[in-house]
Amino acid sequence: MSAPNKSYDPVEVEALKPEEIERLRDEALAAFEAAADLAALQEAKVAHTGDRSPLSLANREIGALPPQAKKEAGQRVGQARGAVNKALAERRAVLEAERDARVLTEEAVDVTLPYDRAPRGARHPLTTLSERLGDIFTSMGYAIAEGPEVEAEWLNFDALNMGPDHPARSTQDTFFLKDATGQPTDGVVLRTHTSGVQIRSMLAASEPPIYVICPGRVFRSDELDATHTPVFSQIELLAVDEGLTMADLKGTLDHMVVSLFGEGMKTRLRPNYFPFTEPSAEMDMVCFHCRGESVGNPDRPCRTCSSEGWIELGGCGMVNPRVLIACGIDPNKYSGFAFGFGIERLLMFRHNVEDMRDIVEGDVRFTLPFGMEI
Amino acid sequence: MRVPLSWLREYVDLPAGETGRDVADRLVRAGLEVETVEQLGGDLKGPLVVGKVLAIEELTGFKKPIRYCQVDVGDANGTGEPQNIVCGARNFAVGDKVVVVLPGAVLPGPFPISARQTYGHTSEGMICSARELGMGDEHDGIIVLPAEYVPGTDAVELLELVDEVLDIAVTADRGYCLSVRGVAREAAIAYGLPLSDPALLDVPPANAYGPLVKVEDQAGCDRFVARSVIGIEPTALSPLWMQRRIQKAGMRPISLAVDITNYVMLELGQPLHAYDRSRIDGAITVRRARAGEKLRTLDGVERTLDVEDLLICDNSGPIGLAGVMGGAGTEIATAVEDPETGRVDGTTEVVIEAAHFAPVAIARSVRRHKLPSEAAKRFERGVDPEAGKAAAQRAVDLLVLVAGGTAEAGVTDIAAPHPVHSITIAADHPDRVAGQEYGRETVVRRLQEVGCTVVGGDVLVVTPPSWRPDLTDPNDLAEEVIRLEGYAELPSTLPTPPAGTGLTESQRLRRRTGLALAGAGYVEVLNYPFIGEAVLDAFGLDADDPRRTTVQLANPISDEEPSLRTTLLPGLLAALRRNVGRGATDVALFEQGLAFRVDGTDPEALFNAPRLPVDRRPTDEEIAQLNAALPRQPRRVATVLAGNREPDGWWGKGRAATWADAVESARTVAAAAGVELTVRQDRHAPWHPGRCAALYVGDRLVGHAGELHPRTVKALHLPERTCAMELDVELLTADGGGHVEGPRISGFPVATQDVALVVDATVPAAEVEAALRSGAGPLLESLRLFDVYTGEQIGADKKSLAYALRFRAADRTLTAEEASAAREAAVAEAVSRTGATARG
Repeated sequence: MSAPNKSYDPVEVEALKPEEIERLRDEALAAFEAAADLAALQEAKVAHTGDRSPLSLANREIGALPPQAKKEAGQRVGQARGAVNKALAERRAVLEAERDARVLTEEAVDVTLPYDRAPRGARHPLTTLSERLGDIFTSMGYAIAEGPEVEAEWLNFDALNMGPDHPARSTQDTFFLKDATGQPTDGVVLRTHTSGVQIRSMLAASEPPIYVICPGRVFRSDELDATHTPVFSQIELLAVDEGLTMADLKGTLDHMVVSLFGEGMKTRLRPNYFPFTEPSAEMDMVCFHCRGESVGNPDRPCRTCSSEGWIELGGCGMVNPRVLIACGIDPNKYSGFAFGFGIERLLMFRHNVEDMRDIVEGDVRFTLPFGMEI
Repeated sequence: MRVPLSWLREYVDLPAGETGRDVADRLVRAGLEVETVEQLGGDLKGPLVVGKVLAIEELTGFKKPIRYCQVDVGDANGTGEPQNIVCGARNFAVGDKVVVVLPGAVLPGPFPISARQTYGHTSEGMICSARELGMGDEHDGIIVLPAEYVPGTDAVELLELVDEVLDIAVTADRGYCLSVRGVAREAAIAYGLPLSDPALLDVPPANAYGPLVKVEDQAGCDRFVARSVIGIEPTALSPLWMQRRIQKAGMRPISLAVDITNYVMLELGQPLHAYDRSRIDGAITVRRARAGEKLRTLDGVERTLDVEDLLICDNSGPIGLAGVMGGAGTEIATAVEDPETGRVDGTTEVVIEAAHFAPVAIARSVRRHKLPSEAAKRFERGVDPEAGKAAAQRAVDLLVLVAGGTAEAGVTDIAAPHPVHSITIAADHPDRVAGQEYGRETVVRRLQEVGCTVVGGDVLVVTPPSWRPDLTDPNDLAEEVIRLEGYAELPSTLPTPPAGTGLTESQRLRRRTGLALAGAGYVEVLNYPFIGEAVLDAFGLDADDPRRTTVQLANPISDEEPSLRTTLLPGLLAALRRNVGRGATDVALFEQGLAFRVDGTDPEALFNAPRLPVDRRPTDEEIAQLNAALPRQPRRVATVLAGNREPDGWWGKGRAATWADAVESARTVAAAAGVELTVRQDRHAPWHPGRCAALYVGDRLVGHAGELHPRTVKALHLPERTCAMELDVELLTADGGGHVEGPRISGFPVATQDVALVVDATVPAAEVEAALRSGAGPLLESLRLFDVYTGEQIGADKKSLAYALRFRAADRTLTAEEASAAREAAVAEAVSRTGATARG
C-alpha cells in the first residue's frame, strides 16, 4: 500500500464525500450483480475492491483528514467496503453454486455400467465346509490332525481291528498300489478313510487326553455318478480321555449339528457294526430343512429327507479297546469315541446340490457362487 | 437276508396286527439294518384258483402258437362249467393242474382281469405264470402244480402269495442273523416274547456207523456232522410251501435235495451240503489242497487250487471247496427217465454234510477264487458250531417227509475240543460305556436275553451262546445291553477337552493361500489325483524326469489314468480344458493338494510296509518303517490360466493372461506365506523354454511359473498361451516365514531419483535390480522398475531399464548431495555387476 497523497487538500477531499462513497458502493454492488459468471465476478472484484479501485483509493485519503473528519470518513468508507465485500461473497456463493451444479451435471456418469474388470475367484465349497467344521471343533479345544493319502495298510486297516481276513475289509473298495515297475506293493494302499490319522494321533501322543478331528481326501474304487465319487472328503473325530461315554459322543454330535444348522437340531443313534468301534452306531440328524415336520404330512413333502424326518450322516461309536491297545493306550484307564462322515453328502443336502459330478468336475460355474464363504 | 414275515411268525408269536413295517422298526431299534419291507401280493385280489386242463385246441394262423383251453376250476366260477381260456404258453398238457385267474380278479401290477376277446375267442381269465403272480421272474412258462391239488382251491393261500418280506443288511458281526432263526431271536427280544427255537430237535447221539469222515485239518474244520438218507424218490419235487419260502428269501428252487439244504440253511443258518452217496469213493476227508490239485465246482468252472484252500475230498481227490461250493462230480443228479424202460435214474441216496469251518479259511478261498456263495457268506461271518447236529437232523427229517427216504441210523459227529470262552466284566461296565445307569439287574437280564449265561455279583462272568462268536470283549457285552435298552434313550453330555491351540501354521497358511488366490481371481478346483502316461508325454518330460516315476494303482478306475499324480498340473489343465470346452473363455484355476513322489525315498524301504501285530503299540522303529514304506507326499499349490486376465469392456480392451500373471500368482502364494520369492530364468518342461521362471527362496528352488510350451498346449488341446505355476509349499516355507518385524516409520521427507540403465538384452532385470539395491545402501526406501525400452536409440541386443528410487533417512532430511551420492553408488554397483551403462 502506497503512502497517503499529501498533495490533496486534507479538509475537502472529493472522493470522500458521502455521496461519492455511496455511488462507488452502488456501482460495485451493481457490477457484482451484473457479473454473469465467476470470471466476470473476478474482474468486477479487481475493479471494485482491488488496490487501484476507487474505494481503495478513497480509503487512502482518509489519513490526511483532520481527526473528526477522519473518523466520519473512516466509518463511511468502512461501511461501504463491508457492504461491497458482503455482496461479493454472496454473489460468489451464488455463482459457485451455479457453476457446481452445471459442472457436476456435466460430469455425471451411468453408475449402473457393469464393472467386472477384476476377475472374481472362489474357494471350493468342500474346502470351506471342511474348514467350517474344523472351526466348530477347534473352538471346542480339538486339534486338526492330518496324514498321508497313500497310507500303510497297518494304519488304514490292521490297527483299526480290521485284520487281513476281516470281512469288513473286503467291502471297502480299496485302491491297491503297484510300484513303478508294476510290482504290487506290500502293505501300502490309498487310504479308504481318514482313520489312519486317528491311529497316528494316538501313536504320537505320549498319553491321552487326545481330542482331534481328521479331515481329508479318501479313496474308494467306485465309479463316478450322480451320488458316488471314487475320491471324496471325509471328516472324522477322535476323543480319548478318562471316563468318556456314549452320552459324550451323543452330546458332541448334537453340538455339531446345532453349530452347523442352528438351535433345535439334534441327532439320533441307531445300532450298527464297525470293527473299529464297539459299541457302534449309525448317526442321523433331524432334517434341517423340514425339521421333521414332513413326516406323515403328505401336504408338505420334503425333498431333502424324502419326508423321513431324519438324514443319515455317518458312522460312530466308542473306540474299540483293541484299537486303543494297538496304539499303546490302556483301555482300562481310558475310553474314547469317534465318528466320521462324508463332506460331499453334507454339502449336497445342505446346499441342494443334485449331482455329485458338479462337485468334482471343477466347472467354475459351480464353484463361483460359493465365493469365499459357506 | 430276506425274511418272510409269515416264516418269522412261525417262531415268534407276534401280535396279529403287527405289519412288516412295525416289526422292521423294532428290529432297527435293536440294531438290525432293515433296508426295505417288500409287500408281496399287496394289490392282489382273487378269484385265483387251481384249475385242471381238460382240453387244448392249438390255434394256427397267428404270429405265435396259441392254445385255446378248457379248464376245470371247480365251483370257483359259480357255474361249475369249464372256463374257456386262451393261453400263449406251451409248457403244460391236458390233465395238468395250473393256476387260473378268473375275471374280476386283480393281479400284481395292478393288472385287473376281465373276460376279453382275443385270437378269435373269448378268454375267460388267464392261466398264470410265476412272473404274473409276483413269485419270481426266472421262468417264462406257466406254473404247473403237483397233481394232488383239487380244482377250485384258492391259489392265493396255496401259493402264499400275500406276505411281507423284510430285507435285512446283516453286518459282519451278526452272522446268526443270516437265518430266520437268528432274526426271530431278535424279534422275540424286541417284543419281549418267547422264541420257539427251530433248532431244538431230537437228535440221536453220535455213533460209529455213520458216513465215514476223516478230518485231517482240525484248525480249519472243528466240527463235521454227517448223516445219510437212502431210498429217495428221484422224481419227488419240493413241496410248494418250501419252494415259496426259498423264493421269498431270494433264492431259486432247484431240486428237492438241494432245496432242502438251502431251506435248512435259511432256517437255521447252518450251510449244508448234499452229496450223491453213490458218487463218493471211500471216506470223506477234510484237508488242505495239494499243489496243482484241481476241482470242477458246481458252476462248471475248473479251478486250480491253492495249498491253503480247505477241501472236502474222497479217494478220487477233491470233491468240494469246503464251505464255499461243492464239486460237480458228486452233485445230486437230476432225475432222468429212460424213454424205453420207463426207469428213472437219479440220486436215491444222499450224504448230508453239516460242518463248521474256520471263517478265515473260507474268506480266503472266496477271495482267491472270486467265488462268493450263500454258504461262504455265513461261514465268513460265523456259524453256530452247535447248529450242525440239528441242521443235519432237520434235513434228514425233510428228506424222509417229502422225498420218501429212509434215514440211516448212523450219525457221524467229529468235534474238536471247543474251549468255553467267558468274559468277565464289572456289572456296571455297560453303564460306564453308555454314560447312563442301567443297574445290575437290567444288565444281567439283557445278557440272558441274547443267550448268555451270566453268573456273579458285582463282577459278572458271562458265557456267550454258541451262535454269538462275535461276543468276545467286555464292550461287545456293553453294546448288547445298550442297544436293547435303546440307543435313543442315551443322554447327551459334552466332554471338556483341554484348551486347544487352534490351527497349525501349515493349516493357517493353506487358508491364507486359498483366500489370497481366490481374492486374486482364481477359482479353486479339487481334481482327482489320477494321471496317465499320455499327459507326461505331452509335458515333454525327459525319460529320467522324476515326475515320470509314478505310484501306480493295481485297480485303477480308468486304464488311461493308472498312476498317482507327481504334479498338480495334469488335473488342473484337464479342468481348464473342461471349462473351455463348456464355453468359458477366461479361466483361472488353482488347486492345493498332495503329489506322490518316489524320488527322494529309500528304494529298499519303499512299498515294503511290515505287517505289524496289533496286540501292542508298535515301536518307534516299526512306525518309522511304516512311514518309510510310503512315497513322499509333498503338499503343492498350482495355478493355471488362459484367455484374458482382464476382460474387454466398455473401459477398453482387456488384458491377456501372460507368463507374468503366472509368476505373480506365485508371489501371491509367497506373500501369503510371508516369504520373499526371487525369480530366475529357466528351461523346464512343460513350460515355454523362453518364458519359464524358476522360483527361489534364497538358493532353494521351490517351483516354476510361466507360459506353457506350445507343443504341450497343442498336445493337450489347451487355449493358446495357457500359463501355469506350481510350487512346493513345504519347500516354500522350509525356513519358517510369516514373521514380520515392525518397520520404523520415518517422518522425514522422501528424495526421489530416477535411473535409466542400458544393459545387454540377456541380462535379467532381477540381477540389475539386485545390484541397484545392494549399491544404494540403507537409505534406499524402495525401488521400482517403471519402464523397459528396446529400440534403435540404444542399439541392438540392448535394453534400457528405468527405475524410480526413493531415498529416506530415519533421522534427518536428506540433502540433495546425499540422495545423489546414494544413487551414484547404486548405479556404480549395477555397472560393475551387469555391465550396465547409465543412460541420459
